Amino acid sequence: MTTQGDETVAKLRLRIPEPARGQHPPDRVRYISKAGEMAKPALDEKVERVALMRKQLVRVLDDDGQAVGEWVPDISVEEKRRGLRNMMLTRAFDARLLRAHRQGKISFYMQSLGEEAIACGQQRALRPGDMHFPTYRQQGLLISAEYPLVDMMNQVMSNEFDPLHGRQLPVMYSSKSHGFFSISGNLATQYIQAVGWAMASALRCGTEIASAWIGEGATAESDFHAALVFASTYQAPVILNIVNNHWAISTPEDFARGASATFADRGYGFSIPALRVDGNDYLAVYAASQWAAERARANLGPTLIEWITLRVGAHSTSDDPSVYRPPGEAEEFPLGDPIQRLRQHLEFIGEWDADRHVALQSEVDAQVDEAFAEADSHGSVKTGDVGSARTMFDDVFAEVPRHLREQRDAMGEPR
Amino acid sequence: MTAMTMIEAIRDAHVIAMERDDNVVVFGQDVGYFGGVFRCTQGLQERFGDHRCFDSPISEAGIVGAAVGMAAYGLRPCVEIQFADYMYPAYDQIVSEAARLRHRSAGDFTAPLVVRMPTGGGIFGGQTHSQSPEALFTHVAGLKTVVVSNPYDAKGLLIAAIEDDDPVIFLEPKRVYNGPFDGHHERPIVPWSKHPLGDVPEGHYSIEIGRARIHREGSDLTVLAYGTLVHVAHAAAEEQGIDAEIIDLRTLVPLDVDAIVASVEKTGRCLVVHEATLTSGYGAELSAIVQERCLFHLEAPTLRVCGWDTPYPHAHEWSYFPGPDRVGRAMQKLMAT
Repeated sequence: MTTQGDETVAKLRLRIPEPARGQHPPDRVRYISKAGEMAKPALDEKVERVALMRKQLVRVLDDDGQAVGEWVPDISVEEKRRGLRNMMLTRAFDARLLRAHRQGKISFYMQSLGEEAIACGQQRALRPGDMHFPTYRQQGLLISAEYPLVDMMNQVMSNEFDPLHGRQLPVMYSSKSHGFFSISGNLATQYIQAVGWAMASALRCGTEIASAWIGEGATAESDFHAALVFASTYQAPVILNIVNNHWAISTPEDFARGASATFADRGYGFSIPALRVDGNDYLAVYAASQWAAERARANLGPTLIEWITLRVGAHSTSDDPSVYRPPGEAEEFPLGDPIQRLRQHLEFIGEWDADRHVALQSEVDAQVDEAFAEADSHGSVKTGDVGSARTMFDDVFAEVPRHLREQRDAMGEPR
Repeated sequence: MTAMTMIEAIRDAHVIAMERDDNVVVFGQDVGYFGGVFRCTQGLQERFGDHRCFDSPISEAGIVGAAVGMAAYGLRPCVEIQFADYMYPAYDQIVSEAARLRHRSAGDFTAPLVVRMPTGGGIFGGQTHSQSPEALFTHVAGLKTVVVSNPYDAKGLLIAAIEDDDPVIFLEPKRVYNGPFDGHHERPIVPWSKHPLGDVPEGHYSIEIGRARIHREGSDLTVLAYGTLVHVAHAAAEEQGIDAEIIDLRTLVPLDVDAIVASVEKTGRCLVVHEATLTSGYGAELSAIVQERCLFHLEAPTLRVCGWDTPYPHAHEWSYFPGPDRVGRAMQKLMAT
């Protein structure tokens, strides 16, 4: 306290959110509803009523692996097994490339460990022709779309067979034919682009919808807010995904969320229906994605979904999370592991067992190893096995203009 | 031929492009119902419907970001940033996204869009309605940058820009919207209807992006100019009695190097002029090109007359603006060397 004239006034103090180190994650994952507890609203339910869900959590799988409640998706056992396989393949893919990084074969890598259900589940819930605008942790989208693993690996290795000609950092994939927009690396820029793509589809009376992806930390970027304004104003057919994995490199979610209770809260101010969903529950992911997609296809506009999950690994191979993360965080994470939970469900309904699981693990490992052997045979940026440097002058413009032809000539043929 | 202001020519270019290709969509702040604060998109919504021309929220990043997504879908968005001074929130979308999308995706996705912006001073707009940020675009790989100076070029180049498969920054010096302003702010404006470049052909035509125009032939010295300064240089040459060859560059990237070299080799002297601030301006690039390619034809050092390296002033606009007196003095200095 201090005095100004006759008055006694409080001195201002700035609140800096406290780092999470030392706290247990269960304390930080708020509003965990019971599986099956949440009602499933009609597609055209009033936003005010859907908004009540933003401080709850849509969950389908209970602790025993039973699928319960209104959000249970109507999908076949075969489709569930496919989801399990896609997640296991994604995890095996990540593990192999992390090993390649330790072997010095690649320069950089980012895994999606623990978050596989979100990308894998949503990819299966949408249709061919729809376009995802992903961040760098949605490799599950490409893998579930059956994009060739060897092409992904060639990209990561920046070798001569890299579809992107060594222009992008590892994992910044692009494949229009597989519904996967070119990853920028600048955060949040793709969010408003997805809205624009969806607007274009509606402007041309198309049938395709867009899906925007962002991490919870990057929602602090202004492009996120531009995207919500545009999506709301034009009622664009877009799914606005926020993957809340609790960590933006070393920064806990609190820094981007501010004093709001949840990231799903963000939707309410824009009159965008917003769900908060268990991102480690494959069936909940599928059902919520399907609900949002059906809303978009019915001209009911955008849906925001906050996915609760955990970044189990480091941010990237350049990061050491032991400095800032509480120990045992993944083990104590209350939403468990997405692969184990879907496996448990399939076992619960009598459609899976330990032998089949071991066999599937061997199968996906072999598939990854085979692709890696092929990609590795082409070498990598680490071994100098890259394409011609002259290709860097291509695709700057549709045609190579004079000044770039001159610069290409000036560079000569260095290799 | 029809006498048109530059505003009417730009409007006509929109109409022609939108008639020829359903994928052309136009949006931005106030461009739909109202037709734009400078009226460049007036009547488009009424004519083509609100799915082809519509208003947007006040969000430059949103406008360009949405346009990038639309272009990736297959449309050809032509968007307006109300003043070039307001483009900075969109700069990330222009530089990191539109400009690099084709390259980073190896041609998988492209961004054929046009970002139109009124630019330049001379309207007492102060520091937030007067800037000339062209060098912030020419420095970026993957962008084409056009600056127009008259109605004829504005129509032909805007049609070319909309039809182009790459992102094009289209800068419209607002002081020449209604006439060839020559820097003599104290005199009444000459309307485009009394100028040959105000004669605009009806129907479709396009001007190749990357081709300069010899605005005035001459033999004493070469002036490299674009936008409003083309007309300022013209007035200065007439007033000083100097037989200047004035080249209207029209597009800064790609640049018509041949036109520059041919003229400077002929005259042996070169003056570079622009409204934008001097340091690291596009004039530095032009000066370097002249030095690299024409050194042994030069009889004098290449000079630059540009905006001062200060924020654009309000009360002191005419001390800041590189008008015909400053340009004329530089011409005399060049001739005396």
